Parts: sequence; structure tokens; C-alpha cells
Amino acid sequence: MGDIWEGLRAAAWLLISFDADLYEITLRSLRVTVSALFISCLIAMPLGALLVLRRFWARRFVIAMLNALMGLPPVVVGLVVYLMLSRSGPFGVLNLLFTPTAMIIAQVVIITPLIASITHQALRDLWSEYHDLLISLNTSLGQRVRTLLWDGRRNLLTAALAGFGRAIGEVGAIMVVGGNIDHATRVLTTAIALETGKGDFAMALGLGMVLIGLAVTVNLTIHWLTGTERAGRW
Amino acid sequence: MVKALFPLTLKEASVKRRGKTLAGPIDLALNRDGITIVMGPNGAGKTTLLRMMHGIDRLSTGSVTWAVPDTVARAQQAFVFQTPVILRRTVLENLAYPLHLIGMAKKEAEKRALQACADIGLSGHEGLRATRLSGGEKQKLALARALIRNPQVLFLDEPCANLDGPSTREIEALLNQAKLRDTGIIMSTHSIGQAQRLANTVIFMHKGALVEHSPSSVFFETPQTPQATAFLKGDILE
Repeated sequence: MGDIWEGLRAAAWLLISFDADLYEITLRSLRVTVSALFISCLIAMPLGALLVLRRFWARRFVIAMLNALMGLPPVVVGLVVYLMLSRSGPFGVLNLLFTPTAMIIAQVVIITPLIASITHQALRDLWSEYHDLLISLNTSLGQRVRTLLWDGRRNLLTAALAGFGRAIGEVGAIMVVGGNIDHATRVLTTAIALETGKGDFAMALGLGMVLIGLAVTVNLTIHWLTGTERAGRW
Repeated sequence: MVKALFPLTLKEASVKRRGKTLAGPIDLALNRDGITIVMGPNGAGKTTLLRMMHGIDRLSTGSVTWAVPDTVARAQQAFVFQTPVILRRTVLENLAYPLHLIGMAKKEAEKRALQACADIGLSGHEGLRATRLSGGEKQKLALARALIRNPQVLFLDEPCANLDGPSTREIEALLNQAKLRDTGIIMSTHSIGQAQRLANTVIFMHKGALVEHSPSSVFFETPQTPQATAFLKGDILE
């Protein structure tokens, strides 16, 4: 018990005293995750809509694969991205290994299937509602995609938040491809793993509190801004 | 002036799903003649007939042809469904949606949508979420949205099936106005009273087949087939 109280006190102090390291790490965590989330949404949401709207031969297979890939083990993703980006790998010349960019790539691979799958499920219901009208109005494929994405935006927000949650708390893949280098690729999760290993529970707990606080704050802010769960919303 | 869509010609047209014939084969030539009412008992294939004329149900056999190429014809039609499909947007955005699709400037689209909103008595509710309207208001909204591109042909599938008297009266008034603007209206109903109030021409269907097609005065006074006679008398058709 002593360790925990001691840790919490030290953690609170780190927060109040605006500890430079803590803020640097937190900001980097946010930057990596938000970038990954942005790129993933750009790929996954139109993909999810297309899977609803287009009937092609491999459609069922792609949907099944996306669902399966939602449970992709992050460490394995890290390993594959590592091999791709390492000196001897196909993208070695880009010199990306052990940079925040490599971490963003790994996170994109991890959360894109998750977001695409949730998008697909949400828009499938919306499409069955809109189907007759949009066919009757002679809409093009692009117009259908845009209509579904816009009118389903509240459900897509849930997809994005799920992606954010998975990315911000992820440690295996970014540890492998980022390397947890101080002032370069250290983020909240990798730092917690390191500090725990070192036995510095105060720092580890402080970082943990920031991580949880961050996840909760982002979710609450977005819910508040968009007014979900408020009476009379669709 | 846009080239006339009519006559509409159906040749041996039928729709089958999973081996079951929903309607057809139907041969029919239809001219622009005010309001054409499709009548018949439940399951007669009224909805399927409208949907295949409009082109949202794929034909299993035969053809549906308008006087102009298909793509031109499709752009000049609109459809109002029995259960109105309401976009999860405001009333105004619902009305402007078909105009945005054809690339109309935002201001002009909004102006027309506001006018349409006033026409259906929903002034002051422009910013309201359309999904929260009552059943009658939703159907009026769907009708106004269908009319906003000034289509040459308007299909309606039992638009008043779930509505109360006042709402039905308002819908019928809107339809009569559209008729005066030279919109060809093809509408299904199983209310004999509504058919008598509105019809210029009647198409009577039973078990997926077209049984009778005649001017309304003829149909209601001297029906030519035993099925139509029985239906008008209030018998149950099997």
C-alpha cells in the first residue's frame, strides 16, 4: 500500500509542478495517436462505406478479414513494421525506424481495421434505411458515400473514439518500432513500462494518471462538443 | 421545354424474387393523364408495379421504356414511399437535398427549399430535426422533397396508408396542385374513396397481373371484369 500512496503523491506533484519531461512525453503521445487516428479515419471510413455500398466478389471475405484483424496482436504488427522499415527491409532507405513516423505507421495498421469494421456496421443499418430513396434520387456512388458518412457521423465518432482508445493505450508495437528513446520516441505507455521496470513507481503512476486522464478528457470533450446522448438527438 | 417522357410502355415486364413472381408479366401503355391510380387488394403487386416503372426493382423479364432514353427519364421522376424515408437532417436540409445532388447553387437551393417548406405548412420548422416530425408531417415532407425538382412523373406508393383524415386531405390537395402543374402522377392505394376522389385513370391489379385499365368514370360505373366488380362491391378477393 505504501508504494501506491507514495506514488500517487509523487505523481500529483509531477503534475502540479509542470514537470517538463512529463509534458513532453504526453504531448508526443497525443501527436502520434492523433496523427495515426486522422490517417486511419481517412482510410477506414470511406472503406467501410464502400463495403456497404458495393457488391463485389471478395466483399464478404474483406469484411471477415477486417473483423478478424480487429484483434491483431500489436507486438506482431510492430515486428512486421520493424522488418519493413529496418535497414535491410524494403523501406529501409527512408530511415524511418525509431522515429515517431514509424510509430504512427504501426498504429495506423492496428486501428484501421477496427475503425473500418465499426464504420461498416453502423453504415449498413443507415443504408438499409436510405437505400430506396438514394436509388430513386439517382445518386452517384460518391454522393452515396458522402451522404452516409455525413448522416452517420455520430456513429463514426464512436468508431474514431474506439480507435483513439486503442491507439493511445497501445505499447507493444510502438515499443518495437519506436524504441522508447528519450526525447525522441518515448511516449506515455512506453515510459510507464520503463519506469515500472526501473522500480520508479512514482513516475510510472504519474504517467499512468495522465494517460487515463487524457483518454477520459478527450472522450468527454468530444461527447460534450457534439452533444451525443443529449435528449432529442438522432 | 423538357421532352415529354410519356408514353410509358411496359412489355412482358415481370419481377421475380427467389422463384416467386411478385408482379407480371405486364403489358401496358400509359399516357400522361393527370392522376393514374393503381388499385387492388393487398399483395396484388401494386408496389412492385410502381417500383419497376420507376426502375428501382430490377426486371426479371421484359422491358419498361419511356419516350426518352433511360438516364433522361430517371432524372425526371420522383418516388414517395409508403413509409417515408427521412434523412437524419433538418427539415430544410431534407428539402434541399435533391437540389444539392444535381449541383444547384446553395443559395438557390435554400430559397426553393424555404418555399417548399411554406407550401406544406411547415414554415417556422425549417431548422427542426426532420426525424422528429409526426407521421403526417413526414409524409408531407417526403412529398414536397419529391416535387422539389419539378419532376414530370411522380410515383406514390400508398402515401396515405397510415395517416389520419386531415393529413390525407392535405396530401390530396398537394397532389391536385401538382396535377395542375402538369406533373403526371401514378399512385397506388387500396382506399376506394381516395381513388374515386383523385383518379383520372385506374389500373386494377390482382395476383400480380393487370386485370383492368380504364378511365375512372368507366371503371367505377361499369367495371369490365368480375374481379374489379367484386372489389368495388367490397368482397374479399382470393
